[in-house]
Amino acid sequence: MLRATIMKRFPAGPESAGFALNIEFEAGPGVTVLYGPSGSGKTLTLDTIAGFVAADSGRILLDDRILFDSGARVHLPPRDRQCGYVFQTYALFPHMTVRANLAFAANRLPRLERHRRIAELLDRFRIADLAGRFPHELSGGQKQRASIARSLIANPAVLLLDEPASGLDATLRADLHSLILEIRQSLAVPILLVTHNPEECFALADQVLVYDNGAILHRAPPLELLRNPGTADVARLLGGFNVYEAEVVALDPGRQTSRVRLLDNEIDGPHLRGCFRGDRVALCARPEELRIAARPGANRIRADFVRAAERTQGVRVDFGNELLVDVPRADWPALKEAGERDGWWIELPAISLRQITRAANTLVR
Amino acid sequence: MHVDWFPLWLSLEVATAATLISVALGLWLAWLLANRDFPGKDLVDAIATLPLALPPTVLGYYLLVVIGRSTWIGRAWEAVTGSPLVFTWRAAVIASTLHAIPLLIKSSRAALESVDLACERAARSLGASEWRLFWRVSLQLARRPIAAATVLAFARSLGDFGATLMIAGDIPGRTQTAAIAIFDDVESGNTLAARVLVIVISILTAAVVLLANRMERKRVTH
Repeated sequence: MLRATIMKRFPAGPESAGFALNIEFEAGPGVTVLYGPSGSGKTLTLDTIAGFVAADSGRILLDDRILFDSGARVHLPPRDRQCGYVFQTYALFPHMTVRANLAFAANRLPRLERHRRIAELLDRFRIADLAGRFPHELSGGQKQRASIARSLIANPAVLLLDEPASGLDATLRADLHSLILEIRQSLAVPILLVTHNPEECFALADQVLVYDNGAILHRAPPLELLRNPGTADVARLLGGFNVYEAEVVALDPGRQTSRVRLLDNEIDGPHLRGCFRGDRVALCARPEELRIAARPGANRIRADFVRAAERTQGVRVDFGNELLVDVPRADWPALKEAGERDGWWIELPAISLRQITRAANTLVR
Repeated sequence: MHVDWFPLWLSLEVATAATLISVALGLWLAWLLANRDFPGKDLVDAIATLPLALPPTVLGYYLLVVIGRSTWIGRAWEAVTGSPLVFTWRAAVIASTLHAIPLLIKSSRAALESVDLACERAARSLGASEWRLFWRVSLQLARRPIAAATVLAFARSLGDFGATLMIAGDIPGRTQTAAIAIFDDVESGNTLAARVLVIVISILTAAVVLLANRMERKRVTH
């Protein structure tokens, strides 16, 4: 179990804006994804946990060990922290063979165990036949595996992965994902993984920390995050959400429904907590929850077709005004024909409209 | 024609000793400057560069002030070893070291600073001590430019004239190095002997510089 409260401030310089990291989280065994845009403090979080950067204040506990405590003036050097760190650039020692790289890490193990442990990891990561090669003789995926193997040699108490998939193509990315899930199965330690790729986030995470500008906006399991991003900021960071501003027209707490004015149409809305008539609320819905229709109907609003984009999972149709709809590829030609002939209506089922908070700082903290 | 080869041998011995001292001391200082923040770092950096900029005679004068027979260092040396430090080959070694070390510190520092930070962090995170990190990783990754700088430092200490003359003097058969002997030979009209020494020193230095350049270039291909 990793518990971290980290405060770190970088004052504004002549050529740089100031930055402040101010976070608190817990991570148990399993994959915790640190998700957010570049420069939001994800890698800095890993660096403070590994001890490369000293936080200004806070506490970092790993199991029953104190890695950092500003109050007690504890700042363990990186070599005593037992953190396995996989760098974005792999950071294999270029002048050593793969085996020597692993042996460097095995130095702290008992002498008799070293050889067995190195052989075991070479085998497990399918790099045994590459053991005599130098890093520059390896492909990206091989370097990646060697780097992860090296970080695991000395039985780390936490595994830190900094954008491990950034340099890999789609196939290798999939390989890496199954490798990480495999490690998760066999290794009962927290795995912290930094990424700004939402696919990766949802494929691997047991828990997601959504970062923005030095703060954690949201902390939730991935499915819950998809069901309800909580705030407009998180929805924006995760991408793929339609976010609307709506006005409350009527409330029916007894039937748990409401009427809202949205994009100049009055439609049925979800149960809205803590709202009064006339309030403005933020609602969100995922593109695959909306439906395209060719005639008016319940909870349908008139829209103008802007463009359709092919995606791996289907077709994403853009109607402007943040109105995106995903449809299966097989359905699209018929929908398109009908829409062009009779006009476009978009159905927003009341159940898929979820209330979110507009301000970022009301959820966590 | 009589050519006295003693100055050449003395020069080679002095340069070798000076290079060894420069490497030991210079690498340590370079590592400090590259990796540690301490008060007065800029001052240390400036002082380490100064011998490159100062006229050698000025350097020699300072050395006399610091290790001359009347100073406490000079007296302590004399008390321990029984003979003075100045006007011996040891003094020539000190002068040559001072002449050569700035180059070594500057190049080694740049080389150590250019070592991939991620590699150093990885080593630390994998449990390496600073000592092990330096010997097994940083020095290995920076070895080519450092080796090239060492070779150049050797060439430079081979050629010191002013500081050596000031502090070791010009005692034939004892402290007269090749650079000083050439000056003497020319002054006393012994041009042939001077010419021989000049040619030998030139060939030697050219070879050393060639070697240094090759070391530097290999770094790119790795």
